[in-house]
This record gives sequence, structure tokens and C-alpha cells, in this order.
Amino acid sequence: METPRDTSAPPGDQQPPQGAHTATPNLAGSSPQRGRSSLSDSSRTGRRGDAIFKFASSGSGVLLLVIMAAIAAFLTVRAISAISANHGNFLTTAEWQTQTDPITFGIAAIALGTIISAVVAMALAVPVALGIALFISHYAPRRIAQALGYVVDLLAAVPSIVFGLWGALFLVPHMIGVNAWLNQYFSWTYVFHQNEPGTQPRSLFTVGVVLAIMILPIITAVTREIFLQVPRAHEEAALALGATRWEMIRTAVIPFGRSGIISASMLGLGRALGETMAVATVLSPSYVINFHILDPAGSTIAQNIASQFGESQGTGRDALIAAGLVLFVITLLVNGGARLIIARRKEYSGADA
Amino acid sequence: MAKRIDVSGLNAYYGGFRAVEDISMVVEPRSVTAFIGPSGCGKSTFLRTLNRMHEVIPGARVEGKVLLDDENLYGANIDPVAVRRTVGMVFQRPNPFPTMSIKENVAAGLKLNGVRNKKLIDEAVERSLRGANLWNEVKDRLDKPGAGLSGGQQQRLCIARAIAVEPQVLLMDEPCSALDPISTLAIEDLIGQLKEQFTIVIVTHNMQQAARVSDRTAFFNLSGVGQPGRLIEIDSTEKIFSNPSVQATEDYISGRFG
Repeated sequence: METPRDTSAPPGDQQPPQGAHTATPNLAGSSPQRGRSSLSDSSRTGRRGDAIFKFASSGSGVLLLVIMAAIAAFLTVRAISAISANHGNFLTTAEWQTQTDPITFGIAAIALGTIISAVVAMALAVPVALGIALFISHYAPRRIAQALGYVVDLLAAVPSIVFGLWGALFLVPHMIGVNAWLNQYFSWTYVFHQNEPGTQPRSLFTVGVVLAIMILPIITAVTREIFLQVPRAHEEAALALGATRWEMIRTAVIPFGRSGIISASMLGLGRALGETMAVATVLSPSYVINFHILDPAGSTIAQNIASQFGESQGTGRDALIAAGLVLFVITLLVNGGARLIIARRKEYSGADA
Repeated sequence: MAKRIDVSGLNAYYGGFRAVEDISMVVEPRSVTAFIGPSGCGKSTFLRTLNRMHEVIPGARVEGKVLLDDENLYGANIDPVAVRRTVGMVFQRPNPFPTMSIKENVAAGLKLNGVRNKKLIDEAVERSLRGANLWNEVKDRLDKPGAGLSGGQQQRLCIARAIAVEPQVLLMDEPCSALDPISTLAIEDLIGQLKEQFTIVIVTHNMQQAARVSDRTAFFNLSGVGQPGRLIEIDSTEKIFSNPSVQATEDYISGRFG
């Protein structure tokens, strides 16, 4: 009962509750007057910490905007200087001649190659990633799920050059058969038609396969987290209506994770669009517009920048920067589109449930 | 439509822990049976064994027999999914699907049953919402999200969703515990109407509620922490609340417990 504070307080003085004692021991202990004024004394309530944190967090936000603006300004200025020296039309020219004079370059072929390889990668990776994520979150026994989760996280950290080497040394020779099969049965789709059957499959399709394997872990990891967050109550609601496991996933899990699935896919797409080394290792580049994705042709923006940068100077480098700006814009458009899709059904998102 | 439930020698486990021990009881059709008892006495667990929802929890299992009329729900050839289509359930917290509109929520069970006919679905949606006393409040906004309704309306939406598939039995696990008194009253009135068609079993912590809505009441208890819950007695609600045959029941009901 007898604490040091009790002895220093005048007799009959009403003691504040025990919790207040421990919060402001010195104030209450030294004199009752100062104890009374503790409500108006802000120096002890951590205001300074608040101010520092506010400054730090808003400062970080502003810094990000400044960096983004600086990058965009840099890209734009250099791009404009290159485009004004360009002899061809920047948007419709397929070739990339920056060693010659006058220089002629355009993004038609490399932007197309970027988009084709990314689309192939997404088409292959997203369904498989969703399958793996659902297996980990809803089907696998807990121990297997955990182990598999670690493996997926590990794969996400493998550097892209490793995937590139694997693609060039292992996948390319093994794709010959796949290409022949696709050409034989799906040649009528135009996309899978091969101009010269039997050529080395250093094609945009093979690039797409390597990219798909590369972005698989990140999409899997993010969607798995989303699927694990689906409230148990919603799953039980579906089960109690007589849903099988798959029906429960279709009614409760996937709709709930919809915006998360889109965000995860966008993360993967961003990586696929910007991937350089893996593409450069696998592809035999050429600046032609070719929709036959099995043909060894085509090029991507990032791969083009990497392979051309060393031998370019001055305007040639600026031309590469202009291509970089296009990649920037493509990514921006894709992300904007994804946000639109998410926002359109926002009130059904379940985020507030 | 309503069926009789006959439980004999039922034990429910979570892994190695026996949560419910040796329960035998009969639930009469077209009546309301209330389960009361202290927290942790296994009444919710037991309720979930009646539509095989207990076993969706990893490691959970059930021993014993639950006869729905003459069919054992735990028989060898019984599909738990089919059981849950016959024995509907309403949960403690309203859980409409947040990604679906009001109409889609009510129609969810029908769609799972393979009903595709738009006209049939529309009719069933209206019938179920009327049955859940919600039609007049939502008929002009059937395409708005179900999560936008108030808590009491959401719970009635969940009841509409459960009765849309025309189950034989409706299980309710503390359906009013997250609701205010007015919404509670609305649900209780609804239970009174639903028992004309369904066999209803309701778990409740509110003894006035048990006294108001139920025809028969079962009292569950456990002898200590870590001990399994057991059925102490089941009788007509009037008898349980006025003159129970076991002293523990009287102690619990009169608030002299422990």
C-alpha cells in the first residue's frame, strides 16, 4: 500500500488512479500542483515523436513524387532531343538504325515484341499461379502448404539472368518439339504458324514461356496471401449452402480476391514488360513486325536498350531513352486499366467486410 | 418439408479433444428447439454436427448417429455436401457474400443446385425474401450489394439465402447475438413464422429468447474446463423454465450458476 509517492503527497490529497501514477510518476510525485496541470503539459505526451513521424512519412511520400517527376522529366527531355533528330516516324518505324547518319529508329517492332512476350507470359502464368495459390491456401495439408510457400518465395528471389540461362541452354532445345506440334495443329490460328518449321525456337513465344516461369512466383505469393485472407465466415456460408470445395472457392474465395488477383497480375506483368536479361539471353533479336510468335524474330524494348546501349553514343543513347519512355507509358496505361477494373466494382469488393 | 432429427450417442472431437460427449436427443419437426448453456459447453459444436459442418474444421471428427427421418447423416454413402443442402444454417455474425448483390446472395444456393432458369430464380428470390420479412425493405434495390444493408437486414438476408434452397431443417447459431433489440425482435418473429415450414434448431445465450421462441429447450453443461460438454436435459420450454428436473438447469436459468 505504501509507495514512495504516497508519502510525498499531502495527507487527504486525492490520489489519481494507479494507471495515472505509472504514466507520469515524477509530476505527481514532486508536487500535487504540477500533477494537476499534467493535462495541459504536452511535452510528456510524445508530441515530438508525433511530429517527427509525420514529417518522416509525408517527406517520404513527397520524395517519391519528386523522384518520379525527375525520372519522367529526364526521359522526356532526352527522348524529345532524339525524336527531333529521327529521320523515320518514331511510332510506326520498325527498324533501329542509330549508327548511321541520318538516324532512323522507331518502336513499332520492339513495342510489339514487348507486348507479345508479356501477353504470352501472362496467359501462361496467371492460371497456373492461381492454381498453385489455391492449392497452398485451400487444398494442401498444412505442412506441405508451408513448404511449398517457402519454395515459391525462394523462387521469387532468383535473379532473372539465371532464368535466362536456363531458358537459353535448356528450354530452347526442348521447345523444338512443342513448336512443331503447335505449328502442325494450330497453324490455322495464324499466331502459331511457322514460316520456316524446324528453326531454333529463339522466339517471342519461348521468351514468353521463360517470362511466365519468372513471374509465376510473385503472382503466386501475392494471390496466396489474398486467398488466405478470405474470411472463414464467407467460406462457411458457401459450404453451409451445400457448396463443394471448388464451388466454395468459386462463390466465396475468388470473388473476394478479385482485386488482389488483378493487382498481383499487374505486378507480374510489370516484371514481364521490363525484363531484360532473360529476354536478351533467349531471343535472337530482329527489328521486324511479325505476328507469328514461333518464328525466331522480334525484340523487346528492355532487351533492345540493354543490347544497344554499349555501342551507342549521343543521339543513339537518347533514342534508347525514348524507347524507355514508351515502356514507362505502357506500364502506366496497364496499371491505370487495372485500377479502372478494380474501381468499377468497388462497392462489391468486400474490403470493408 | 420438415423432418425429424434423432441423435444417438454422438461424440464430437477437435483433434484429440472431445468437445461433446454422448449426446442423444430428438428434435421434433415443425417446431423450434433451443440449445442453452454456458460458453464452451459444446452447443454450437453439436449444432454443427447436425449438418456436417463440424468436420470442415481441420482435425475435427464425429462419432455417433444423426438420423434425419430414417437416414443416418453419418452413414457410409452420405455426401456431406448433399446433407448441407438439406439442412441449412444461419451463423452468429451475418455473413452475406460481399461480392454479390442482394439478389445474387439469395440465389447463391439455387445456382449451386444448378438452377439456371431466370424466372424460377426471380420467383425463389422474392419468395425467400418475403419469407425472411425483408422483401418490402429491399425490393427496390435487389441489385445493390448485400453488404450495404444494416446488420439486422443482413441477418435476414442470410436467412433468406438459407431458406431459398428449401431445406428440411434450419440451424441457427446465435443468430441475434450481433444485433440490436429491434432487429432481434424481427428475427424472433420470423422464427415463429418459419417453424410452420421448417424444423428449427437455435443456439442462444439469451434465455428470454429461448423462452420466447422455442417449443423445446435443451440445456448443455460441462463439468469443468477441458471437460467435454454434455446434454443435461431436454424438455418442453415451459417445463425447463418453470420446473426443470435437474438442479443445474434451475441454477443456470435462475442465474445462480457457479
